[in-house]
Amino acid sequence: MPKLTIDGREIEVAQGSTVIQAAEQLGIFVPRYCYHSGLSIAGNCRICLIEVEKFPKLQIACNTPVGEGMVVHTKGDNVEDGRRAVLEFLLANHPLDCPVCDQSGECDLQNFYLNFGLYDPRFREHKVKKNKAVELGPHVMLDQERCILCSRCVRFTDEITKTGEFGIFNRGDKAELGIYPDDVLDNAYSANVVDICPVGALTERDFRFKARVWYLSSTPTVCNGCSKGCNIDMHYVLDRPHLNDGARMVRVKPRYNANVNEWWLCDEGRYGLGWIDKDRLTSVRGPSADATWDDALSSISIALKQSGARIGVIASAQLTNEELFLVRQVFGKGLGAQVSAAVPEQPGTSDDFLIKADKNPNTAGATLMGLAGDGASDASQIVDDACAGKLDALWVFGHDLAALFGEEKARQAADKVSLLVYSGTNENPTAALAHWVLPSAAYVEKDGTFVSCDGHVQRIGFAFAPLADSREDWRLLLQLAEKLEQPFELRAPQDIFKALTEAEAAFAGLTYATIGTHGVGLATEAAAP
Amino acid sequence: MATKVVRRPELTFWEKLYLPQIYCGLKITFRHFFKNLGLHIAHRLGRLKHLRASITYQYPEELRPLMSRYRSRHRLTLRDDKTPRCVGCMLCETVCPAKCITIVPGEHPDPHVEKYPIRFDIDLGICVYCGYCVEVCPEDAIRMDTGILDLAAYSREAMRLDIHELMDPELRKPVNDCSLTFPHTCKVHGGDMKGSWDGIAKTAD
Repeated sequence: MPKLTIDGREIEVAQGSTVIQAAEQLGIFVPRYCYHSGLSIAGNCRICLIEVEKFPKLQIACNTPVGEGMVVHTKGDNVEDGRRAVLEFLLANHPLDCPVCDQSGECDLQNFYLNFGLYDPRFREHKVKKNKAVELGPHVMLDQERCILCSRCVRFTDEITKTGEFGIFNRGDKAELGIYPDDVLDNAYSANVVDICPVGALTERDFRFKARVWYLSSTPTVCNGCSKGCNIDMHYVLDRPHLNDGARMVRVKPRYNANVNEWWLCDEGRYGLGWIDKDRLTSVRGPSADATWDDALSSISIALKQSGARIGVIASAQLTNEELFLVRQVFGKGLGAQVSAAVPEQPGTSDDFLIKADKNPNTAGATLMGLAGDGASDASQIVDDACAGKLDALWVFGHDLAALFGEEKARQAADKVSLLVYSGTNENPTAALAHWVLPSAAYVEKDGTFVSCDGHVQRIGFAFAPLADSREDWRLLLQLAEKLEQPFELRAPQDIFKALTEAEAAFAGLTYATIGTHGVGLATEAAAP
Repeated sequence: MATKVVRRPELTFWEKLYLPQIYCGLKITFRHFFKNLGLHIAHRLGRLKHLRASITYQYPEELRPLMSRYRSRHRLTLRDDKTPRCVGCMLCETVCPAKCITIVPGEHPDPHVEKYPIRFDIDLGICVYCGYCVEVCPEDAIRMDTGILDLAAYSREAMRLDIHELMDPELRKPVNDCSLTFPHTCKVHGGDMKGSWDGIAKTAD
């Protein structure tokens, strides 16, 4: 364990680590383009220059191994002069088309120029022209002129996805980034190269010209595309409706979490959230045309009371733990209804990296709540009962019965029961059959927690307010409980989670504070699925 | 609203006499009259040029000359092929303190231009004429040098300029036909897309 001094502070790091890693442990930021913690070290951009005492010249921090008694300076005129010279070379052939570049605002060339560049350009020759706006695949656009040849994307496709589409071709100032002839950048993780590209060479086709990055607000949340629970940042614009066709959500970026997804995110999750702003249910639909939430809750609660225990509830593993808990308390314990979140599995792709076949984000949570998995009642049983006339009321959370059990059965069940309630976010065939349609908030419009397939409890955060007249499912359930005359002393997801931790051993001792933005493992190891 | 009672000052005896006050007022009028008359005659004779004499502009037939730095109504400057120079970087929309600029960018067929505004509106009812948009523009695509000052309109909607009026300051409201040949949204077509890139000389090689 060599001990070294960086900027006057001592640190002991593992043998074989490099100076940039040691500096990172001290919280000292060394500028970098080619270095990325998740990739191998290339050491070709030269921007991370540092001064090491007794070394004749400046060294690169990313590829200089630490040594016993090393004294490193990451700041100072010497270092900055070196970095400034490197930056001048990197920018020599850069087109400086920041006004039209989507990276502008989060570009490291801009950042470092303003941090320590600020030189007057001396390059009087003609810049080398290369290809612009090259479509590499379904998600990524390449601009060869903007590329500084750091090779992060090349290493990503070589080391992480192992698909190897990228290469650097030609030599000298003709060197350019590209993909091999007749190849298409269409692997399942292709858009990650956009995130790791430190400049505007690789940009998202989906985000292209949609907004400037400084218009975006960001909320840390969790991807709901599958049971892995990758950490993401949701980027959205609320105050400029003319952009992005009025959709609030603009893009998704992965958020570092060492225990779940590290730096990465699959394309399926990244581009699978369009439904948040498209074809949403915006108002309560009921027997009368001008139904309101109050009408809906009153008449539904009266009908539920009359039905007694002849009620079936098909909950969903898309709901948060808080909501599943309330579903169980209100319907299962309160009314004695059959409650299940165990719907037939839909076929989904999976791989050995991040993508899981189970496309529900909270199957583990539903299992812990006893609504799915072994020993739980089955949703197909509830539908069969409804078809057989054994149920008076059926409540469906977000599922499409036609897709799960077949159109015939869905229609039959809807005809047999006297009350079919559908509460969900988007229009679907089951909503068309339902007697009452209650618009729910999308998962980024409410607070709550998911349990990932690895038993990781993560908070989903709250990005923006529910669309139009839609309501969070937990709020709806609390209001329904009040109408059913079995009110809870709960007012917010935090309260519900507290009640949940008291009721369920697996969640014991957890609070939103301990979960934080990176989540925690379940309280009891045995409870983890 | 609270009422504030303002007491008029009582007239003094001297003021109540009436005729002396008429004399005082006319004294000022005639002083200016003869001063200006004298100065204009002197200017004709080439004398006293350093002293300014009052003149009358017959507005609106005759317009006052504007200072070269005067900020009048905006315009979008054009490329040689009559398309806007604007590349839709949205810096003006960003810097605008009144948030009166609305831009929707689109993909330009020439990859060396890349981006251009499909929609570019300025709501003059909101604009504060600060000139930041002109100052921030990296392409010299927006200027406030049209000299247009008469911006009155009968509705708030008519105060909104779209890309037609901004590209051609000669246009007078209401704009009824759309002659732009590149894709854009405009009021003439109810905010729908209009035009195509056909017939535009492409600079792409």
